[in-house]
Amino acid sequence: MHSLRQQRFLGQLFINGILLLVCLAWTIPTFGVLISSFRSEQQIKTSGWWNILPHRAWVETEQLPIPADQSRGVPITIEGVTATFDQFREGVAAPDGRRLIWIGNLRSGHIAVQERRWTMDLNFTTSNYTQILAGKTVTVINPDGTEKFVQGQNIWGAFLNTVTVAIPSTVIPILIAAFAAYGFAWMRFPLRKVMFVGVVALLVVPLQIALIPILRDYKAIGLNGTFLSVWLAHTGFGLPLATYLLYNYISSLPRDILESAFIDGASHFTIFTQLILPLSVPALASFAIFQFLWVWNDFLVAVIFLGLTNQSVQVLTQRIQALVGQRGEDWHLLTAAAFISMVVPLTVFFGLQRYFVRGLMAGSVKG
Amino acid sequence: MSVLEWLGANLGRLVFSLIVPALTFVGLYYGFIFLRDSKAPQWVTMIVAILWGVGGVAVLYWVSNWLVEKLSPAWMSRIQPFIFVGPAMAILTWYLAIPAFRTLYRSFLLRDTNQFRDIQNYVDIFTSRNMQIAFRNNLMWVAIGTTLCVAFGLLVAVLADRSRLENFAKALIFLPMAISFVGAGVIWRFVYDPNAAVGLVNAVVTTLGGKAQSWLALVQPWNNLFLIVILIWLQTGYAMVLLSAAIKGVPEDLIEAARVDGANEFQVFFRIIIPYIQGTLITVTTTIVIFTLKIFDVVLVMTGGNFGTTVIGVEFYQQFFIYQNEGLGSAIAIVLLILVIPVMLYNLREFSQQEVF
Repeated sequence: MHSLRQQRFLGQLFINGILLLVCLAWTIPTFGVLISSFRSEQQIKTSGWWNILPHRAWVETEQLPIPADQSRGVPITIEGVTATFDQFREGVAAPDGRRLIWIGNLRSGHIAVQERRWTMDLNFTTSNYTQILAGKTVTVINPDGTEKFVQGQNIWGAFLNTVTVAIPSTVIPILIAAFAAYGFAWMRFPLRKVMFVGVVALLVVPLQIALIPILRDYKAIGLNGTFLSVWLAHTGFGLPLATYLLYNYISSLPRDILESAFIDGASHFTIFTQLILPLSVPALASFAIFQFLWVWNDFLVAVIFLGLTNQSVQVLTQRIQALVGQRGEDWHLLTAAAFISMVVPLTVFFGLQRYFVRGLMAGSVKG
Repeated sequence: MSVLEWLGANLGRLVFSLIVPALTFVGLYYGFIFLRDSKAPQWVTMIVAILWGVGGVAVLYWVSNWLVEKLSPAWMSRIQPFIFVGPAMAILTWYLAIPAFRTLYRSFLLRDTNQFRDIQNYVDIFTSRNMQIAFRNNLMWVAIGTTLCVAFGLLVAVLADRSRLENFAKALIFLPMAISFVGAGVIWRFVYDPNAAVGLVNAVVTTLGGKAQSWLALVQPWNNLFLIVILIWLQTGYAMVLLSAAIKGVPEDLIEAARVDGANEFQVFFRIIIPYIQGTLITVTTTIVIFTLKIFDVVLVMTGGNFGTTVIGVEFYQQFFIYQNEGLGSAIAIVLLILVIPVMLYNLREFSQQEVF
């Protein structure tokens, strides 16, 4: 009996151990960038985010004045250690385990006495976020006290654009698909089956197939570069899945509800808006989350129809991609921008996770 | 009843029926003009745009239905279904069905002209060095990426099913699904950066005594594997959720019976659970395969398709959008379409076997 319990305990330990390892591996990349987004430009470029964890490093314990009248190449003796200036610049180990470093140049500066200690780098700043959100110049104070002026990136504008793109691109296809799903489920008309087979066939069609002709149409009628063009595109590309999912749900609603409503003299339109839409909220919500995340995170459709250059309509993914391209060295801005772009989808995701999972299970065929 | 008499009796109704839609269109048109030309603060434009877009669609349905309900009952029941289904079908036709044929046509043309060049675009695709690399890489993405996504998803689903940490672990592994590819690109640049002070991988490598490397640029073609890791990170959550639900659907007494008959855990897994969840496994696999075939944003953000990491999606984007070569871009899109046709046929066959319609 005893060994069985022991065995079970070991089994649990093994399972939880592997699970925790996988979770750790899955979380570390995001966690690292989250931490980095609160570190200054200089910290990001010179030391990894993992320095926030306890680690052994050289810590300054004391500052000494530099000896007067030294010349380059001539050995100098400080605190019983003799070395040249250039060696001191690199850092020289003292016999007691400490380290001496010449900070500054030959005529000005100081000697730092460092000791190897357990330490954590817990200096955080929100300046990355203020820089990236503001559209105007921002003053940034460097760790050494100097100030510098930086042109802000105005991610806020891109954020508003993303909201403007994402909400109608989520609601419009749902509305249109719900009408169609009701039509397919509860109305009889010619070519009904052919049309629905068409919907099923289009489920996996890659949207790349449509971009070239649609962009031509948009240019012909002057629609490219407008939010309407992206709404319609997302509607078109989201409709097959939306119609398919909502059809599955609406057609499974009990038939007698509808029949009694008909006997009471309600029209299709009334039944749809008063009865079917409220009953379908779970299905509508799961597709809404699915579509919202997809649209919010989309880059391809936005860049093709809104264009590469017009900043007044750019969405977040475009702006971040531009940051990566032009200013690959501005890590501190990238981290903050990436997190600003994640706030909304992560909130939606955690708030409505259950609906999202249900949506995934209902329609795992999207093209 | 003569036409005139009917007109006299119904003139008011007729005029009214025309005025309401006309007013709707005028209202929507002015909304559009406002959005196009206004210099209002951005948040005002945002709110107007959302109300205009969402409200506009709702109003259009309402007005057209209102019109149809004015008709005689026979005509109403004939036309009303198309009010419900029509808009969806029209958009699908304009945005997906017809473009497939227009793209096919365009793939035989030279750039954006109307000049035929037979199958020369396809010849170019299959002989260009970049496209050959792209095909090879896509094969790697599909084969390795999909296999590992499903394998990890299955592993986590099985382990989580027996653990008290189930919900916690699932949420963490599922979380990357909410992150955009562009955002994921930023996150993973911090993992692979050539500078050991920034890149996590190089920090580990140098701590272990190795030499920092530019993982995404130097070690070809294995750098593709480092990019595929990002896909696995993003998509395992999806596989896990579906497979986990399927595993919970395996009847407990079936598993108990096998155990009583002396089957060990591995036999239970491979002989009972796997066959039982086969349908879900196929669904998950095909979905990830299709998703991976079209992979684009990750590669664009991480390497821009350089260093031998280009894929079909990136080549399409470059040819069509950057080099403005519509003919070649169309041909690449058609290749992509041909690659998903087996899955489309499979879906259609599954659908026709259901008796719902």
